[in-house]
Amino acid sequence: MIRVVLPAHLRTLARVEGELKLEVEGPVTQRSILDAVEARYPMLRGTIRDQATRQRRAFVRFFACEEDLSQDSPDDPLPEAVATGVEPFLIVGAMAGG
Amino acid sequence: MSRIRVLVGTRKGAFVLTADGKRQSWDVSGPHFGGWEIYHLKGSPADPNRLYASQSSSWFGQVIQRSSDGGKTWEAVGNKFAYEGAVGNHLWYDGTQRPFEFARVWHLEPALNDPDTVYAGIQDAAMFRTTDGGQSWRELPGLRNHPSAAQWQPGAGGMCLHTILLDPSHPGRIYIAISAAGVFRTDDGGETWRPMNRGLVSEQIPNPTAEVGHCVHRIAMHPSRPGVLFMQKHWDVMRSDDAAESWKDVGGNLPTDFGFPIDVHAHEPNTVYVVPIKSDSEHYLPDGKLRVYRSRTGGHEWEALTKGLPQSHCYVNVLRDAMAVDALEPCGVYFGTTGGQVYASADAGDSWAPIVRDLPSVVSVEVQTLP
Repeated sequence: MIRVVLPAHLRTLARVEGELKLEVEGPVTQRSILDAVEARYPMLRGTIRDQATRQRRAFVRFFACEEDLSQDSPDDPLPEAVATGVEPFLIVGAMAGG
Repeated sequence: MSRIRVLVGTRKGAFVLTADGKRQSWDVSGPHFGGWEIYHLKGSPADPNRLYASQSSSWFGQVIQRSSDGGKTWEAVGNKFAYEGAVGNHLWYDGTQRPFEFARVWHLEPALNDPDTVYAGIQDAAMFRTTDGGQSWRELPGLRNHPSAAQWQPGAGGMCLHTILLDPSHPGRIYIAISAAGVFRTDDGGETWRPMNRGLVSEQIPNPTAEVGHCVHRIAMHPSRPGVLFMQKHWDVMRSDDAAESWKDVGGNLPTDFGFPIDVHAHEPNTVYVVPIKSDSEHYLPDGKLRVYRSRTGGHEWEALTKGLPQSHCYVNVLRDAMAVDALEPCGVYFGTTGGQVYASADAGDSWAPIVRDLPSVVSVEVQTLP
């Protein structure tokens, strides 16, 4: 079971509270997690990554295990602690005021 | 008795203001979608309880919301706005070419006779349409593929398609306006488009009378007389009497002819409202006075409407989509300010009172007159 933390605005949009708990098929990567998130919560399509290019939106960051993974390849394996559900995968809105 | 529903989009959420036909006591609902920019909300003329809202943020992009109960509940619908075919370029601020790139939906215009059909004006300027209640959106690419598109350029707010006027008496005829390209008209439902900017003069472009490049801020029509159009341009208040084939300056005695919104009285096609703004480099009211100007002569002669509006130390702006009228008698007029006030007049502008004073900065105001 993968744990995913959404930023507050996306929790509201998806109408969820707290962490998401998702089953992910195959290797646990940014891409496979986001595929699972968007499949379960289609209203989040386009809000984390571009719908056409699948690129991470500029003001969205990915953290896990106290590391910034935003610049990693979306197909890189995520840390074992994320894959085993010990640590959550954090989807974070960049600190940009407003 | 009729009821009024005012749909307010702000920088930090949407608000729904409702009153009975007296328009004196208002119920305020919101914020809906708190923290998100709501560029526009609008109800379907065919089903007033069907509302659409454009919700966006720099962080999380574009969301489209739909309500089927007059704004009590909402559901997110389709938000994929993909240009069709080759994307092409437009002018950038520095005069270089730059590819079209989707940023947000500025304006949602539900069709006159079908609650599931909605037109969307987007930034970078293009026209989209849904026929399934917002689940999917397809571009009408004939507009963006117009040969002049490489000469379209962004205004201060971005290169936005911000106005969509559906002609009720000519099916297939639609007017749109883009900052900074100008007015375009289609007579075939959006397949082909023509620039309609003859008579416009804009000193901010190399050829002031060019076919495109004009920063049209807003256009308006009265449904009973759709061949007559009024325009608030960057500078200049204009009028067309020939379905936008040509335009004439009707700014007359306005204190300044820079501004953003323009609207037409619900029952008097020759009565027009604008809110003059000091200049394009200041974007606030002249002399610290909030004055709506009304012409009962279709332009040229304007009177200041000030009763109930602040007449000192007021430096807000009123944005292009932030004025609307209701269909009651006498006509109600509404506008929102960048200072978060929404003002209403229940007597065609003779007097005003705030419905709310301290909302986030107001981007858009639409009004529904309900049975």
